[in-house]
Amino acid sequence: MSFNLDLAVSAMPLLLMGALVTVKITALSVGLGVVIGLFVGIARICNVRILRILSAVYVDFLRGTPLLVQIFLIYFAVPVITGIRMDPFVAAITSCSINSGAYVAEIFRAGIQSIDEGQMEAGRSLGLTWKQTMCYIIIPQAFKRVIPPLGNEFIALLKDSSLVSVIGFEELTRRGQLIIARTYGSLEIWTCVAIIYLIMTLTISRLVAYLERRNAKGGAR
Amino acid sequence: MITLKNLHKSFGDITVLNGIDLEVAEKEVVVIIGPSGSGKSTLLRCINHLEQPTEGTVEVDGILLDSEANINAVRAEVGMVFQRFNLFPHMTVLDNITLAPMKVRGVSKEEAEKTANELLKRVGLGDRGGAYPSQLSGGQQQRVAIARALAMHPKIMLFDEPTSALDPEMVKEVLNVMKKLAEEGMTMVVVTHEMGFAREVGDRVLFVDDGRILVEGTPEEIFDNPKEERLKSFLSEVL
Repeated sequence: MSFNLDLAVSAMPLLLMGALVTVKITALSVGLGVVIGLFVGIARICNVRILRILSAVYVDFLRGTPLLVQIFLIYFAVPVITGIRMDPFVAAITSCSINSGAYVAEIFRAGIQSIDEGQMEAGRSLGLTWKQTMCYIIIPQAFKRVIPPLGNEFIALLKDSSLVSVIGFEELTRRGQLIIARTYGSLEIWTCVAIIYLIMTLTISRLVAYLERRNAKGGAR
Repeated sequence: MITLKNLHKSFGDITVLNGIDLEVAEKEVVVIIGPSGSGKSTLLRCINHLEQPTEGTVEVDGILLDSEANINAVRAEVGMVFQRFNLFPHMTVLDNITLAPMKVRGVSKEEAEKTANELLKRVGLGDRGGAYPSQLSGGQQQRVAIARALAMHPKIMLFDEPTSALDPEMVKEVLNVMKKLAEEGMTMVVVTHEMGFAREVGDRVLFVDDGRILVEGTPEEIFDNPKEERLKSFLSEVL
C-alpha cells in the first residue's frame, strides 16, 4: 500500500484548524498553570503549615494520577456532584491547567529554593517583609532559572493535550480520528498529525532556547 | 543602643551561643573576634533576628524584638553587611540601593536615587550606578553593599566578616570605608579576622569562644597584654 499524497494534502486544512485549537488550549492551560503553579509553589515553602500541607496534597494528587483519569473525573464525575453539564472546552482547559499547575509548582519551588539564602537575608535585613523580598528579589531571579524546565512543561502539555480528544473535544488528534473514520487513511493522517505536533514542539523548544540565551546576557550571574 | 540579655542559641543538639550579655553604646565600635565556629557570626545575626535566639532577649534602640512588626522596624534601623555581599544580581547597583528606601520608607524614586548617588560617591563608586553586580570586583561589590545598607539611614551597622571573601588587595578599600564610617560616629558591631582593623578602629574588642564572651576590653588590653590562655593561643595563631 502506498502513501496517498492527495489525501494528506486535502486533509491539511482541517488538521491545521485542529492544531490551532491545540495551541489554544495549551497556551491557555500553560498560562493558568503558571499562575496556579506560582501560588502553589510558594505555598509549598511558606511558613504557614496548613498551606504547606494543602499544596503538598494538591501536587501529590495531580502528579500521582493519570491526566486521562483527571479529565474523566472533571468531565463526567464533577457534573454528577454539581448537576451542571460540563462544556468539553471548559473541562479540557480545567483539567490541563490544574494538572500543569502541579508540575509548574514543583518547578517554581525548586527554582525559588535554588536562589542563595543570602538573598532573602539581605532583603530582610533591609527591613523588607518576606512578601516584598519574594516579589522583588527572589521570584524575578527564580523566573530566569525556571525558563528551561517551564519550556519542557509547555511541550509536555502540548502533547498531553491530545488526551482531551477522549471527551470529544476537537483538537488536532480528535480531528485526525474523525478524518480517518471517513477516509480510512490511517497512514496518511497519523503521519500528518505527528508532523504537525513535531513542528509545534520544535518551535517551542527553539523559542525557549532563544529566551534562555537572551537572559544569559542580562547581567545576572 | 543594643542590649543583649542571657542570649542562648542552639541548632538542634548543637549549642552555639551559651549565655551572652552585651551592651553597645551609641557611637561605639565593638569588634568581635574569635576562632571559627565560636558563635561570633550567630551572635551578630541575633541582633537583627536573622537568627532567632533560643532563649534571652534582644533590645535595639529601645525596641524589644518580640514581634514581627518590631523585628521589621528594627531591621530598617540596622544595616547589615555580609561576608558574601549578597547584592541582588538581577538589579543594577543603583536599583540595589534604592529598593529598600522606596519600598520600606516610601521614599520617591528621585530622592532615593539622589541619596544613592551621594552614597556611591562616598564609597568611591560614583560612576558605577548603572553597572550590574557581576561587572564589579569583590571589593567594589562590598562597597555597594555598604552603600545599600547606609541608604536606609541606619542607626547601627552590623558587619559579618565583610572582608573574608575578598582578594587581599581589595581588603583595604573596604576597611577604609568602614573606618570612615566609624570616624563619622556610626554605631558599629563588626565580626572580623582583621586584627589591624580591630586594634585601630575598635573602641572595645570581644573575644568569643564556645558561645561565650570570654574576654572583653580595649584593643590595648586584648592585643598588647592578653592574660587568658585561650586568647593568647588564638592571637598567636592569627597575628
